[in-house]
Order: sequence, then structure tokens, then C-alpha cells
Amino acid sequence: MKALKGRPELYTSYAQDMAFLNTRPKRAWTGGLVVFALVVPFLITDDLLQLLATGFVAAIGAIGLNIVTGYAGQVSLGHAFFLAIGAYTGAALSGSQTGRVIGFGITSLPVWLLASGLVAAFFGVLVAPVAVRLRGLYLAIVTLGLVFLGEHVFREWTSLTGGPGIGRPAAVPELFGVRLDRDNALFTAAQQLYLVMFVLLVIFGVLARNLVRSRVGRAFAAVRDRDLAASVIGVDLTRYKVLAFAVSSFYAGVAGALLFVVNGFFDPGSFSLLLSVQYIAMVLIGGAGTISGAVMGALFITLLPRITRELPAVLPFVSGDATGVITVFQLEAVLYGVLIIVFLIVEPRGLFGIWVRVRNYWRTWPFSY
Amino acid sequence: MSILQVSDVRLAFDGVVAVDGVSFEVGEGELFAVIGPNGAGKTSIFNVLSGVYRPQRGSVRFAGQDLVGMRPHRVAAAGMARTFQNIELFSHLTVVDNLMLGRHNHMRYGALSAFLWLGRARREELENRAAVERVIDFLELEQWRRLPVGLLPYGVQKRVELGRALAMEPRLLLLDEPVAGMNVEETEDMARFILDVREELSIPMIMVEHDMGLVMDLADRVMVMDFGRPIRTGTPAEVQQDPDVIRAYLGEQHRSVAP
Repeated sequence: MKALKGRPELYTSYAQDMAFLNTRPKRAWTGGLVVFALVVPFLITDDLLQLLATGFVAAIGAIGLNIVTGYAGQVSLGHAFFLAIGAYTGAALSGSQTGRVIGFGITSLPVWLLASGLVAAFFGVLVAPVAVRLRGLYLAIVTLGLVFLGEHVFREWTSLTGGPGIGRPAAVPELFGVRLDRDNALFTAAQQLYLVMFVLLVIFGVLARNLVRSRVGRAFAAVRDRDLAASVIGVDLTRYKVLAFAVSSFYAGVAGALLFVVNGFFDPGSFSLLLSVQYIAMVLIGGAGTISGAVMGALFITLLPRITRELPAVLPFVSGDATGVITVFQLEAVLYGVLIIVFLIVEPRGLFGIWVRVRNYWRTWPFSY
Repeated sequence: MSILQVSDVRLAFDGVVAVDGVSFEVGEGELFAVIGPNGAGKTSIFNVLSGVYRPQRGSVRFAGQDLVGMRPHRVAAAGMARTFQNIELFSHLTVVDNLMLGRHNHMRYGALSAFLWLGRARREELENRAAVERVIDFLELEQWRRLPVGLLPYGVQKRVELGRALAMEPRLLLLDEPVAGMNVEETEDMARFILDVREELSIPMIMVEHDMGLVMDLADRVMVMDFGRPIRTGTPAEVQQDPDVIRAYLGEQHRSVAP
């Protein structure tokens, strides 16, 4: 390793070149961000922590959508459906049986989390054969159909979902006998949930990053870029499209199960088309086809309502209630659309692309033209 | 001993007959060229061979297997590699990743080990990266290794596509117009690489090409096609003298001025 001193980009083995964090700046930034994220819970208020924890969960879901849409190129509007499958599997497994909703009382987080992912992945595999025969907008429409099917089923199946407008408690997070959603001697509930969600995001992020740099991830990209060439070099298109849906749905299931843990309660109305659109926005704004982009996009979209809520104080025509020209909620919905359009036109690589530009500017500084 | 036997293949799209009555054999280590005017059915033959189209009649035997009806990824697994007339690279991926995709079938690990990137996945990735580097070395692509192929000049992209096919370690290589649209210098480079492939790797090749100088210099045997039918198969010298070939290329009334 001594030979490398002062020559950080000289690789002396393929293992070094293909390493997970193969440059010194990557290692430094990643280390810095992890330390920062671990210090944050002791600096800011609980309601912000809850928001960030939700953002981390959304990031897991966005990574999932990015695998099927950003990497494998299969546009899916059905992400809300798979999130719902995960949410109800987690809630039913860990919840307690009451007169109103079913529950099995398995509160151990790893167990119901894995189960939620697997059940969602199973539904993903069921849907995938349709996806294999369609592409582009046609696939988007079929997956959109899933969302409406799901909305109907979850509205009617009240013993599982509690029914519209009422809902049911979310999954019960218990890890090694500790209830994460209750304050204890060491941490507040918000701090615990923040830290657990962060660790889960790191785990699922690393797994996804490994997947996309592997043989499987390259095959996804090949299917996306040129399916004819992909099949001629030996990639089985059907197999990899199904696999992309399975992995994506697994991530959606995991994210769905965790999504409402912070709030503690959810109702079937949450899984509408708007939720799918939010995830599409996360992927497109963050940067399609990158893991870190999906995380950036998810945090951005999750924090967006918080930012717009501050707007009435600054902009007089925006109001918190129905008295102004436009309410914050309307503005929020408008912003999703506007941001998607602006990013697609101005920076199709999303927030990740902006980061790449900044990085390249400083790489050659002070000779950046 | 022949690696490929094509006999009496017919491919039609409704009423349009793309290829009819095509039969030929390619021997081990042979460089076989297919030429003919535009629309003669040369690329259609390639699409039949690589499983993209299914012929209505005839048989294709490759290394002892019948290829008709096999899907393209199965044909690839059997050892057939091809390049395309219009470059079909994965333009967002780097040169290394494109070549690694060529080695897709040389790796066997699945999604679960990919998630962890330990043991088998890691070992296979490293082994195949080394194999890819040998191809990079062979085709002198070192300086472009890390760049997305979409950013590379046309001639280099053609070379990367050849590299992706070579990375598959094929038993038969199909080259669809390897020097189309290249300048003289790039054509000479490509000719050199094709000769290297034949001499150092001894991979048999079928080449479709319009550059007659290249075909006549490199090919062992040539099949001339016109309107989907083969009109003559033979050595370059034989083919050049054939009156039917001259008619196909130059037309009836020019016969008097032809050599």
C-alpha cells in the first residue's frame, strides 16, 4: 500500500479498482456523512427526526423503484401497491388481534420486515409476466391499474385495513425486546426510530449498490439500453425483467412496512396514485439509475412539505388555509409536477447529476473552465 | 470439419421473401464473407443465425446443435457472438462494463450472492475482469476503458463492439459490416484486428461487408447474394470473375465494360 501514497488513483489490483468505495474522496465523504447522520439525532428536535426517519424509509422504497425503473428501464406506476402490500403484511403480522382488525402479534422487527418484503416480492413476480410483454407507456398503464385494484381491495377488506378514514395501527417495532416507538432511559422514541431507520437504509443501500454493480445489475442496464443486443450477448430478457420486479417489490414491501411506524397509524387512502407519483418524483429528481440519487431524491421529496409549509410567512399569496390564492397543499402538488418537468429538461441526471458537476468542477480546480 | 451448416433456409415476412434457398458451410478457422447489393438479405441471414428471426424452412446446425427456434440468449450460450451494422452498444455503460456484459454467460452467480458481493460473486467478477482486460489489451482500448461508450468516436465504438463479442469467447463470430462508415485509417486498423482474431484466437468468422477491397483481401471464401438468393459461393478470385456476380452488381447493360 505504500506505493499508493500520494497516488490515490493508481490501482495495483482489480480488487482495488472494483472496490465498493474505490477512491479516497468517496471514502472520506461516506465516512463523513455516516458520522454526521449519527450525530444529528442529538442535535435537532424530535419532530424533525421523525421526518428524517420517514425520509430514510422513503429512500429504501425509492431505491426499489429505481432498480426496476432507473436500472432495468421498466416504468412502474404501481409502487404504491407494493408499498401497501408491505405495510399491511407488517401491520397484520406484528399487530395484536382486536375485535376490529386482525393481527398475529409477531412483533420482532427483523421477522415482519423480511416477511413484508417477501410477500411484496411474491406479488411482484405475479405481475412481472405482464411486464415482460409490455414496455414504456403500456407498462406504466398496466402498473397504474394495480394501484386502483389495490385501493379497492384495501378499502373493502376492513378486517385487514380498518377501512377508509379509520385505518389501523402500523407495524409494531420491537428489536431485541426493546419497543422502539416508546421513550426509554437512554433515547427518545424519535431518536431510536431515526437510528434504526438509518441503519436499515445503509444496509439496504449497500445491498442494492452491490446488486447493481454485479452481473445482475449490468444485465438490467443492458435490458434498459438495448434489449436486442442484450439478448444476443446472452441475457435472458424474461428472467431479468421478472427479477427486477421481484427485487423492486421486495424493497417496496420493506419500505411500506416501515413507512407508517413513525406515525403509528395509517389508512387505506394513503396508497393512492399520488404516492406512486411521489416515488417517481424521488427517482427522477434524485437521478435515475443511481442509488445515492434515489436517497437524495427521497429526502428532498420528504422534506418538501416541511419547506412549503414555511412559505405562507414569506409569500403572501400562499396560505395555510383556504383563504389565499393557493393553499400550501395545492402548491405542494404543483411543485411535484413542476420539479419533475424542470429536472427532466434541465438536469436529467437529477440531484446526483448536479453533484457530479460540482465534483468535476473541484476535481480540476483551479483550472476548471 | 465445419462448425456451421446452413441448408436451404427460407425467411419471408408475409409476402416479402427476405432469404430463400440459402445453404453454406463455415469451416473451423475460416473467414467466410457474405456480400451482395443492399437488400440482398445479408443481415437477415445474421438474424436467422443469432435467433432473432425464425426461418420458415431449412436448418441451421451449429457445433452439433440445431439452432432453428432457439431464442437469442440460448444461441449466445451455444457460442455464437455477433456485432451489428448500426452499433448496438450499451451507451450509458463504460467500456469495461460493456465488455463485462459480453462475459455474462461466463459468470454463474445469482442475485442473492450479488447482494452480498462476497465469495463466489466477488471471485467470478475478479476473474472475468481479468479476462476483459485481456480483450482490452488485444484491441488496444486501454485509454477509453472507463469512459461511457456513448462518448467515444465511431471507429472506437465499432472496436468496442468487436471487443464485447470477443469477450464472449465465441466459437463463431458474426461481423455485420465491421468497417461501414470508417475512414481509410480506421478500416486498416479494423482489418488488422480481424486478422489478429483469426491468427491468434483462431475463431471462425462470417463477415458481411460492402468494402470489396477488404472482403477480397481477407476472406477465404465469399458468398454473393442478390434478392435473397445466393448466386455464387467460392474463393474471392472465382467470385470476381463470375458473370452472374458482375451482373448483380453492375446490371445487364454494363456487361461489356466489366473485366
